[in-house]
Amino acid sequence: MTLPRSVRAGLLLGAVALALLPFSGDRFWTQFAAKVMIGCIYAISLDLLVGYAGLVSLGHSAFFGLSAYLLAGLANGLGVVSPLVSLPLCLGFAALAALLIGWLSLRATGVYFVMVTLALGQMLYYLFSESPRLGGSDGVSIAQRPRLTVLGRTIVDLGDAGAAYAAIWVALVLSFLLLLRIVRAPFGRVLTAIRINEGRMRTLGYATGRYKLSAFVLGGALAGLAGYLDATLYGFVNPAQFGWRQSGLVLVTVLLGGKGTLYGPALGALLLSVLEHFAERATEHWSAVVGAAVIAVVLFLPRGVASLLEGRGG
Amino acid sequence: MTLSLFALQLLNGVEYGLLLFLVASGLTLIFGVLGVLNFAHGSFYMLGAYLAYFIGQRTGSLAAAVAVGVPLMFAAGWLVERLAISRLYGRDHLSQLLLTYGLVLLFNELQRALFGNEVHGVATPRLLAFGLPLGELQSWPAYRAFTCICCLFVAAAIRHVLLRTRFGMRVRAGAVNPEMVEALGIDVRRLLSVLFSAGTALAALAGMLAAPLTTVYPGMGEGVLIVSFVVVVIGGIGSVKGAFFGALLVGLSDTLGKVLLPGLSSAIVYAVMAAVLLWRPRGLFGQPVEAR
Repeated sequence: MTLPRSVRAGLLLGAVALALLPFSGDRFWTQFAAKVMIGCIYAISLDLLVGYAGLVSLGHSAFFGLSAYLLAGLANGLGVVSPLVSLPLCLGFAALAALLIGWLSLRATGVYFVMVTLALGQMLYYLFSESPRLGGSDGVSIAQRPRLTVLGRTIVDLGDAGAAYAAIWVALVLSFLLLLRIVRAPFGRVLTAIRINEGRMRTLGYATGRYKLSAFVLGGALAGLAGYLDATLYGFVNPAQFGWRQSGLVLVTVLLGGKGTLYGPALGALLLSVLEHFAERATEHWSAVVGAAVIAVVLFLPRGVASLLEGRGG
Repeated sequence: MTLSLFALQLLNGVEYGLLLFLVASGLTLIFGVLGVLNFAHGSFYMLGAYLAYFIGQRTGSLAAAVAVGVPLMFAAGWLVERLAISRLYGRDHLSQLLLTYGLVLLFNELQRALFGNEVHGVATPRLLAFGLPLGELQSWPAYRAFTCICCLFVAAAIRHVLLRTRFGMRVRAGAVNPEMVEALGIDVRRLLSVLFSAGTALAALAGMLAAPLTTVYPGMGEGVLIVSFVVVVIGGIGSVKGAFFGALLVGLSDTLGKVLLPGLSSAIVYAVMAAVLLWRPRGLFGQPVEAR
């Protein structure tokens, strides 16, 4: 996949603008941009599954939530503050959960897969919201945000909004480049081919199940990264992060933006946040506005907002 | 636990399962025949419950609410199908999922705008406000028994319509090969409209019947929707028979799970589903052929 030149320019411009935003001193929009960037990581991680591998997961929030909760558990229960310890642990945990959930749900195909991932995600939601030891429906606040200390001196404190913003920016850029690399690599080409015709790929001798599971684990780990950053930014986790609404929202973000393009879902995350922000100001019933916008896009822009950027509609 | 208490839970499980069947049967037919994964199905359940509350409060009669509400929801289903769903036939499941997700947001806001965020109670019909004795100490509310009978009656009616009438024959044919049915001169579009509206009315009826048992509250449709998905997956997509047995299995395991494993009650349903899928990846009564 090559990005159209206009898209490449737009992405570069966006990245630079996001890097410069904190220097404006506007705390509200900086926080807003941080939220959008986390949403971007979340959305592109799902795009790998939906847009490339053709795996429509409605349980993607499980990995976001598990990683965020593990960070809370590590910080509150064990006093682990170093991101050098907590980040690999959280991502590894999300990947492990994705391995297990993926193994189970990939036994189903098509719409069964959608529903199985949905149900497994929902199971985690109930587990966390009904168990007082895991924080119950109130959620958990994180006593100490991750910070990196060397020889007693704090080098990076992610409790500081500026440092957290910088970390999120770096994470987004790296995730985007990683995914772009992956979908262009033979591995990504195989995933795309599996989406288009799995039988043919199997006949050609590819172990398609293993490819799909690998994609699922990779997507899960990146969703875990988004969850880790979210918990770091807000210092709070709650079981709603597991809920099907959350999974549904990420999926909507991917489809709204345009699946299978990476930049489309990122754009979708931005547009949805902006729409939400302004609709919230205009009316109490802002989610009706979001609903109407979603319906309008489905009916009139079947391939998402990104299809507007490609010119020729092709 | 005494035997009569166990029997009581068993009956409650059956009753919950039968209500689930009303929701899941529409869901499974709409998917099986129309090929649409309908997230708004839970919203119709919720709207049904709110109609029961609203009309019941005005007239003091749940029967009146059902008599007015069911045709009303049938019409609403018709409108939704004509205005939105029908534009997506032949498109991928994803667009349909996205569209119905948008509808869920719209219906939730509609409910909030009309009825607010409070929880409302709905009175049990006075005729049925007594208990059926069960053993020496327990009694089972007559309204629950009435609900069971209603659901069983509807289930029998669905079975009759699908297997014994011309309409049912066309629906079954349409599920297999819509082009051929169309070529034979049957108006498939109208068939699909009727089917979608009937599914909507069934979900709303379930909401109305459940209203006195569960109270009426915002977001009540979503829990039911997800559990109905589980029922459909367990039973096999497109299979009404599967939905029936799946609903009973889910109803019983949920209710008995609450008694036997109180800490894990909500998760147990999903564990049952996972077990069924490990055993039969296409559900209990699913077709082995690839779904459309």
